[in-house]
Amino acid sequence: MSHNTLFDKVWDLHKVASLPGGSDQIFIGLHLIHEVTSPQAFGALRDKNLKVKFPNRTVATVDHIVPTDNQSRPFQDNLAEKMIETLERNCSENKIKFFNIGSGNQGIVHVVAPELGLTQPGMTIACGDSHTSTHGAFGAIAFGIGTSQVRDVLASQTIAMNKLKVRQIWCEKKLPNGVYAKDLVLHIINRLGVKAGVGFAYEFAGPAISALSMEERMTICNMSIEGGARCGYINPDETTFRYIRERLCAPKNKNWDKALKWWQSLKSDENSIYDDVITLDASKVEPTVTWGITPSQSVGINQEIPLLNELHPNDQFIAEEAYEYMGFEPGQSIKDTPIDVCFIGSCTNGRISDLRVAAKVLKDKKVSINVKAFVVPGSEKVAKEAKKEGLDKIFIDSGFQWREPGCSMCLAMNSDKLIGNQISASSSNRNFKGRQGSPSGRTLLMSPAMVAAAAINGKVSDVREFINK
Amino acid sequence: MKSGFTAPIGKITQIQGKCISLIGDDIDTDRIIPARFLKCVNFDSLGNSVFEDDRKTLNGKHPFDLEVNKGSSILIVNSNFGCGSSREHAPQALMRWGIKAIIGESFAEIFYSNCIAIGIPCFTLPKKSIKDIQQYNNNKTFFLEINLKNSIGKSKDLIFNLNIQQSSRKMFLSGEWDATSTLLENEHLIDNKFNDLPYLKFTSNYF
Ligand code: SF4
Repeated sequence: MSHNTLFDKVWDLHKVASLPGGSDQIFIGLHLIHEVTSPQAFGALRDKNLKVKFPNRTVATVDHIVPTDNQSRPFQDNLAEKMIETLERNCSENKIKFFNIGSGNQGIVHVVAPELGLTQPGMTIACGDSHTSTHGAFGAIAFGIGTSQVRDVLASQTIAMNKLKVRQIWCEKKLPNGVYAKDLVLHIINRLGVKAGVGFAYEFAGPAISALSMEERMTICNMSIEGGARCGYINPDETTFRYIRERLCAPKNKNWDKALKWWQSLKSDENSIYDDVITLDASKVEPTVTWGITPSQSVGINQEIPLLNELHPNDQFIAEEAYEYMGFEPGQSIKDTPIDVCFIGSCTNGRISDLRVAAKVLKDKKVSINVKAFVVPGSEKVAKEAKKEGLDKIFIDSGFQWREPGCSMCLAMNSDKLIGNQISASSSNRNFKGRQGSPSGRTLLMSPAMVAAAAINGKVSDVREFINK
Repeated sequence: MKSGFTAPIGKITQIQGKCISLIGDDIDTDRIIPARFLKCVNFDSLGNSVFEDDRKTLNGKHPFDLEVNKGSSILIVNSNFGCGSSREHAPQALMRWGIKAIIGESFAEIFYSNCIAIGIPCFTLPKKSIKDIQQYNNNKTFFLEINLKNSIGKSKDLIFNLNIQQSSRKMFLSGEWDATSTLLENEHLIDNKFNDLPYLKFTSNYF
């Protein structure tokens, strides 16, 4: 059993009680909600005649269903309009802070909370969304919950949960030039598989992790869930504190000093005990692309799609399903696969640094005529900053469509969808069958820089050929 | 299911019914209920849309469309079932189709806790036993009777020792799997925690 890791410390600090069944009752320091997983929870509260216990520990935004072209109200999609109205009503009736469209702070919930300074070290953070693991980048213990648990958090600010085990993933050396956090996390998931993380929190550590910016760290923790781990985190350090400072909800003045002192004391001890430790060499990671229907089915850009007999017997079943669905031959190279749609956005890679990297690749270049490309900033703040830096112009001049913030084609709950069996190069996090809105649509996950390279060439390409020139 | 649906309440000690086998690893919640069906403010209409895209693709040959599986209530799956999104819509859709319990090689974590939270016990069995059931079940009716007290699943010819987390099993037996009231019993402890947490002293009043 793990001991004295950051996870253990934060868990113990938030433990309210041991419950009769053997699980723990955990206090949730920050609760985030959005329009998709909260309406039924508010409904259940009303049915039970319960109130929101600590309304100012919950913050709301709207992201999944928002159109990214025309955002005028009422939305053209009646169902989407009904969902946003329901959220507006639930928030105002329960006095919950809601960052609505046009507030300047709306966006994908996992982009918004960190950029507002709401996400801080040592907290427990829950949200009815599996990518809540993102917030672990700050040394918070953050995990996704279901709607019934959203109800529990609203009613009691606590949930019942079994304590997780802790696996440290130690990343040696540094990522090479042209290789990004997205490549590293895809590589980790490829190596460990999509279910290895079940029952674990992942602690990402080592020189390669310490060298990452906060936004890159968020990309890593964001995808913990794709490796099966409900929670992923990184011990906070100066990079973390520098990022939080001066943000809207960051502690100010004397409170900042107190906060900093506390945060500096928060990390896994030198001699802490892990349930498992895994080491890898980050300098060996290549730009990585998925070829299949789970995020672990990936290869380096210069490798071939694996043959069946090269895979572990447990992975062969799903590999066969993937070859068939994707229409790829085992042994074929991933490079030069023609692309129909390019999508830059999502809570994995829709932040300002992602847009900067992609814009740098796209500058003075044109998107291939065979490709539909669009970029969806992760939040209104990201969009504003990008415009200030002129990134929107670079995207538009290259042939990308510039859209309004939201989840968009990460899960295609708005009108941005693949058609038929189109293939997308996508900076998002899931390549599941049908994920991007068409039951036969195909998704290749990669870094935003790689999406930009694919857009220019109209096929999967090695971005290093663009940036090393 | 459909109109006659009532959600489970209280103690769950026994589940019996026909099994329905769904073969495949890593079946994610986007497949169980595609995202377009999440455009709703309640779960009522989800039962018909469960596995919608997979069913359309298989054109009547999907297990959830086969005549022999009509009225089934125990779902048999392989490994990492329910991975991906946290959407509770997935188990809600299964439940509204008629599923009352799931037996699999393994489950994704959020999916598992969502099932427990809404009253669907999830059991695990080794790969080999799952295969046996799925073979038995192939185009044939296969009845199973599950007893939560001793975690035993019994059919006419086979008997299984099912695994389930102790905490979940106890909750179903005592009827306290609906967590809200249990959590609220500790209201004073929650208030103490609220007053004690270091960071709430410097971050409590944002807005
Ligand atoms: S961007 Fe995608 S993964 Fe992230 S919250 Fe939105 S839908 Fe979920």
